[in-house]
Amino acid sequence: MHQIDCPWCGTRDEAEFQYQGDATVQRPKPDADEETFFRYVYARENPKGWHVEWWHHVAGCRQWIKVVRNTLTHEIDSTGGPQSKLTKPDEKGGTKS
Amino acid sequence: MTGVNRVSVGGSRIDRSKEVRFTFDGQSYTGFEGDTLASALLANGVTLMGRSFKYHRPRGCLTAGSEEPNAIVELRSGARREPNTRATMAELYNGLDAQSQNRFPSLKFDIQAINQLLSPFLTAGFYYKTFMWPSSFWEPVYEKFIRKSAGLGKAATQADPDTYEHSHGHCDVLVVGAGIAGLSAALSAGRSGARVILVEEQVAAGGMTSTATDFIDGKPSDEWVAQALDELAGMANVTVRTRTTLFGYYDHNVLAALERVSDHLEVPEAHQPRQRLWTLRAGQVVLACGSHERAMVFDNNDMPGVMLSGAVRAFVERYGAAPGKRVVVCTNNDDGYKTAASLHKAGVEIVAITDARAEPSPAAKLATAAGMKVQCGVIPHKAKGRHRVSAIALQRTDGSSAEIIECDCVAMSNGYSPDVHLVSQTGVAPVWREDILGFVPDTPIRKERSAGACKGTFELNACLQEGHQAGCDAAEAMGFGSGDPGSAGTADEEEITAPLALWRCPGKGKAFVDFQNDVTAKDIQLAHQEGFVSVEHAKRYTTLGMATDQGKTSNVNGIALLAEARGEPIPDVGTTRFRPPYSPVAIGAFAGHERGMEFQPVRRTAMHACGEKLGAVFVEAGQWLRPQYYPKPGEGVMEAIYRESEQVRKTAGICDVSTLGKIEIFGEDAGEFLNRLYINGWKMLAPGKARYGLMLREDGYVFDDGTTSRLADDHYFMTTTTANAARVLAHMEHASQVLWPDLDVHFCSATEQWCGVAVAGPNARAILAKAFGDAIDISNEELPFMGVREFKWNGATARIFRISFSGELAFEVNVPWSYGEAMWDAIWDAGQDHGLIAYGTEALSVLRIEKGHVAGNELDGRTTAADMGLGKMMSSKKPFIGQKMAARDGMIDPQRATLVGVKLKSGASRLRGGAHLVADKNIANAETSLGWITSVCDSPAMGCWIGLAYVRGGLSEHDGKILYAANPIYEESPAVEICSPHFFDPKGERLHG
Amino acid sequence: MHYSALSVFLQGLKGHKGWPRMWRDPQPKSHYDVIIIGGGGHGLATAYYLAKEHGITNVAVVEKGWIGGGNVGRNTTIFRSNYMFPANTHFYEKGMKLWEGLERDFNFNAMISQRGVINLFHSDPQRDAFARRGNAMRLAGVDAEFLSPAQLKDMVPILDFENARFPIQGGLMQRRGGTIRHDAVAWGYARGADSRGVDILQNCEVKDIIIEGGAAVGIETSKGTIRANKVAMAVAGHTTHVAKMAGLELPVESHVLQAFVSEGIKPLIDTVVTFGAGHFYISQSDKGGLVFGGDLDGYNSYAQRGNLPMMEHVMAGGMAIMPAIGRVRLLRHWGGIMDMSFDGSPFICKTGIEKLYLNGGWCYGGFKATPASGWCFAHTIAKDEPHKLNEKFTIERFREGRMIDEKGVGPNPWIQ
Repeated sequence: MHQIDCPWCGTRDEAEFQYQGDATVQRPKPDADEETFFRYVYARENPKGWHVEWWHHVAGCRQWIKVVRNTLTHEIDSTGGPQSKLTKPDEKGGTKS
Repeated sequence: MTGVNRVSVGGSRIDRSKEVRFTFDGQSYTGFEGDTLASALLANGVTLMGRSFKYHRPRGCLTAGSEEPNAIVELRSGARREPNTRATMAELYNGLDAQSQNRFPSLKFDIQAINQLLSPFLTAGFYYKTFMWPSSFWEPVYEKFIRKSAGLGKAATQADPDTYEHSHGHCDVLVVGAGIAGLSAALSAGRSGARVILVEEQVAAGGMTSTATDFIDGKPSDEWVAQALDELAGMANVTVRTRTTLFGYYDHNVLAALERVSDHLEVPEAHQPRQRLWTLRAGQVVLACGSHERAMVFDNNDMPGVMLSGAVRAFVERYGAAPGKRVVVCTNNDDGYKTAASLHKAGVEIVAITDARAEPSPAAKLATAAGMKVQCGVIPHKAKGRHRVSAIALQRTDGSSAEIIECDCVAMSNGYSPDVHLVSQTGVAPVWREDILGFVPDTPIRKERSAGACKGTFELNACLQEGHQAGCDAAEAMGFGSGDPGSAGTADEEEITAPLALWRCPGKGKAFVDFQNDVTAKDIQLAHQEGFVSVEHAKRYTTLGMATDQGKTSNVNGIALLAEARGEPIPDVGTTRFRPPYSPVAIGAFAGHERGMEFQPVRRTAMHACGEKLGAVFVEAGQWLRPQYYPKPGEGVMEAIYRESEQVRKTAGICDVSTLGKIEIFGEDAGEFLNRLYINGWKMLAPGKARYGLMLREDGYVFDDGTTSRLADDHYFMTTTTANAARVLAHMEHASQVLWPDLDVHFCSATEQWCGVAVAGPNARAILAKAFGDAIDISNEELPFMGVREFKWNGATARIFRISFSGELAFEVNVPWSYGEAMWDAIWDAGQDHGLIAYGTEALSVLRIEKGHVAGNELDGRTTAADMGLGKMMSSKKPFIGQKMAARDGMIDPQRATLVGVKLKSGASRLRGGAHLVADKNIANAETSLGWITSVCDSPAMGCWIGLAYVRGGLSEHDGKILYAANPIYEESPAVEICSPHFFDPKGERLHG
Repeated sequence: MHYSALSVFLQGLKGHKGWPRMWRDPQPKSHYDVIIIGGGGHGLATAYYLAKEHGITNVAVVEKGWIGGGNVGRNTTIFRSNYMFPANTHFYEKGMKLWEGLERDFNFNAMISQRGVINLFHSDPQRDAFARRGNAMRLAGVDAEFLSPAQLKDMVPILDFENARFPIQGGLMQRRGGTIRHDAVAWGYARGADSRGVDILQNCEVKDIIIEGGAAVGIETSKGTIRANKVAMAVAGHTTHVAKMAGLELPVESHVLQAFVSEGIKPLIDTVVTFGAGHFYISQSDKGGLVFGGDLDGYNSYAQRGNLPMMEHVMAGGMAIMPAIGRVRLLRHWGGIMDMSFDGSPFICKTGIEKLYLNGGWCYGGFKATPASGWCFAHTIAKDEPHKLNEKFTIERFREGRMIDEKGVGPNPWIQ
């Protein structure tokens, strides 16, 4: 069972959270064209490996938090608030495999 | 002494002063407290305990543990009947009642044993090649027969009367297995100061030493174990749980274990669960789960009385039960000699010991010196007997035959396979070690380490050391490096001679690899011959390793035989994937208390009792219970709904609407925030006013709707549908935290802070004016349509909204949750002179259908605002969520189905939701379906059945036309007239009254 | 060799020495007419129908591991065609018809058992939604019927009609639905394809798709370069990554779905039953195991294993409607990788790259689709255009706003 380190509440069970998908996609500016919005809603990288994603702490502080998690191993590298700039371990210069 | 095979030595787990009576297949026996069903049966001379799956061959127990594949029984009866219980794990209690299974009419005489005669044709996968003709025969004939004869025991058919508990454990170091390595690890970790949990599947600690006469620190191992347990019990930071099977190693070092709290009792004690499911969160894990002995694969190796050597020893040492009186030990390693020693001590005759290895090992020499007959270079050829082994034919490893020895028990050992099940669940690959002929774990991936036999370490001294070190390392990793772990125990050095690889003792008969599933050595060859060369293919084709022991007793032999067939080394074949649970776990244990009415919480509103008092029938709305209708004595459902709907429009009705989602929104930018969420505008809404709002998902489909009010410049109050309350809140949190953190907006759910009623009907104002008196002026001037006011009522803040879902003059009143009953009563009392009735969700639905208001049935996640006739609400002056995707071609296609009203004309007595609309009832098919009916009601206002529907072409194409409500499920297709969904008072004059 | 009771008998007399391999183990040729990437159920079925229906036999099925090792080997064995939207209903009904004749067709007993599939409903809105679906099925010529609680009691007496938190109001049943021995589907198709000349290349990993002049012309593999006139992908679980080799971007995410099997017991449940107020469905295999499942764990994963919360939730669902199974033991649980498309419906289509074809996005419904998927994909490859049955399963439907969303939950694959 995933143990997720909520920046506000500390480490909690995955059962307290609602997963909310890829956190790397950015909502376009309102005047962006339909294609840009299309990619925001539908285009996903779906990586095998590190994935930056949203987990919503619904049974806790109600914060949307960012989690860097490995989709092959379920290992979690880091967590942060909604505006944090988290990077994947394999993009930090190979500190972790 | 109870039982012909009870011996006077050994029996560390039984209390010979306490006799226990039990029955097996209706026959009464006596055992001792501490016995297992298997040990007690063996002590009574009963070897035949079950039948195999396919050939229905007679079987006795092979092992003494949870991996038992043969001796599985139905335990208990009635609602507590549990199929497939291992006789080797069932602890005896007074009155225990067990039945053998998978046999008819009796265990001794099983008709389906005829399958053995057919066995030349029933090889691996034979069923894939036949039973195809005639094809109509499969389900009624062949499959029916197969299903009846397959399966093992019979499950109960009544609800399980016992309870199961969920508990949580947190520790620095979790030690799995209380054998010598596990105890050593728990001791060193515990002494270091770490919080330790030690779990052990068996009823007692000690592992394999409880089956041997070992010495540790100069004393018998039993004493050493007892001292270790005493020391652990004295440490406040250590918990020891026996009868607890660690069965799953899940992500992030969360592990699951099952504690058998009451299985050793006839029924659980009051307030005790039957079993407890532990979720264990461990900083570090030490796996010390031991190993599994392998069978020798020779002809008829499944005959009752042929058992694993370690199991024979365990029965003698733990239970004082000798599985036979004349025993032949067949081994390829040193383990057989330990068994011989135990039996010898117990006075059981060792007829012979055969050792596959040509050279006598030191252990063999000791046995010879003790007067036992040891034959080296000799292996079994064939067991003889009927329901029990009566002799074993031997052969030499060079192929020549050897003698036939009469015996009533064969103790066989083909080496030990380290138990890598749990570590493999973490993704660690098992790697082959040729010197011990077993798979051991590769480098850990998680925060765990293995110690002792599960790592391929079998020498006692090494187990003590390795366990001690593992405990030290685990504690250190958790920050307890400075604690004093003490020192490891020491045992006398022993010399273990390597086993000899012996995967198939030559023979032409049936030599079993997977006992329960009747997979023979030949089956594995056949699978290979037919191209099932991958270990996963061979498993699936032969069913090797798929029985209730999940291959614990069979996998390594099977893999080795497949490797032989492939002509490749064992590591090239590899293992199949290990999956939890380690040993099978009752489904009830996973469910815990979440069953029956506790499956999900029941939510009740503050006015639940008011509804009950008036005789409401309640209906589930998600987790909520809502009054559905209020039948009068003798009144049917439909009549009650009709009366309530009619009465609201005549006089007035009150309805509990507390379940609506409610969200308080504050901040400078609250209006801007709503502008971005809703398709319509909010900034111009004046304080004291409410407005209907519709929001989309980002993909452009309608998400939710509701009325939102502005209470002050920087304070809005949103309502959502009951069903979407939680989703809308999450959606808003995403918007404010992720999308637009710069907006000054703050909000929180107030669903359970405010409770609410709707009061609707011509008399609504008079009733509320009387109920609230001077507290609030609700005249049309002070509180016009869509007006909102806050006021004080009995010292509490109340809110009144002049909004209407019914189309009548109507108000919704909110008060703090705890004031709900008082408010209801006040309004109820005030309404008695004004014809006030209570109405439920059904009448609520009738009234809104008559007005063409959409609800859950119309908001199915695939409708656009335009589909609902609300396209014009979509503002073009501001951006909002879903705006861009709602503009895609398919979303604005004129051929989309849009909302219309339908009136029943003829052809049925009522309308039904889910009917499809077609132009010609004789040409009704998937292509001619124009749409479907979403909601229906028997409308008092319209005097007929009406409904809402989505129809391609909508009102513009079909207004006034007759379509047919094709409903093949109900075998009807009535004619309906298409009309505007605003059936009643289309101009909305009544609500302005 | 033709399989029959007679051949089993004759071989039995000869000690089964004469059974040949079910499929050959050939070396790759340098060129094929069609390469199918993925030796799962869909890939093997596609090869079978290419050979059988279109006479295209110079075909290779290229598999990274062992055939049938993906979702066809780890599902809950159910087949049905109880869909609502015509695009799905007609397609799955084609599958249903193929299942019904499959064993005689490929001469392999996959134990196809039309035991019936029942969806329980527990509220009036759910009844109406099921009625809409049932009527859509009936209008499309598919069997569907409503069962009353009394009929359900007769058919599935083990259900809890008294103490349930969400009382059972009835069920929508498709009698022709049922279960199949899943591995046998892969093996039957493999044997059938092989006997028609298809090369099944196991332990052959695809490293790249070769595209020249805007068209797919072959693949790079762990066994070297193999060229082809046409390349087709059927790699459930890994669709995004294989498609990416050709530069395609898909609205697909990979999620874990768990499945569970109990120890074998004597017959207890005769049909497939789905709980309507929780995530739980169940059937019983011919071997006696209760086979059951629930919903996605709900996070992106390729780990092929799930976690405790969903397990507990699923089994609580089971106990909620069948409290008698409490003492039956869970034997094994596992997870598979689901390629979740953003509307819950699949892709069987051309890709915008010439001679490159896509089959994927099956979510958790891929197994039942196997024959129809193979049949339609073979048609699409052979004719270079989709069959009417799969013409709506395009990638472009998302851009066009013509999603086929049976559940209506929108572009959130973890709740699709």
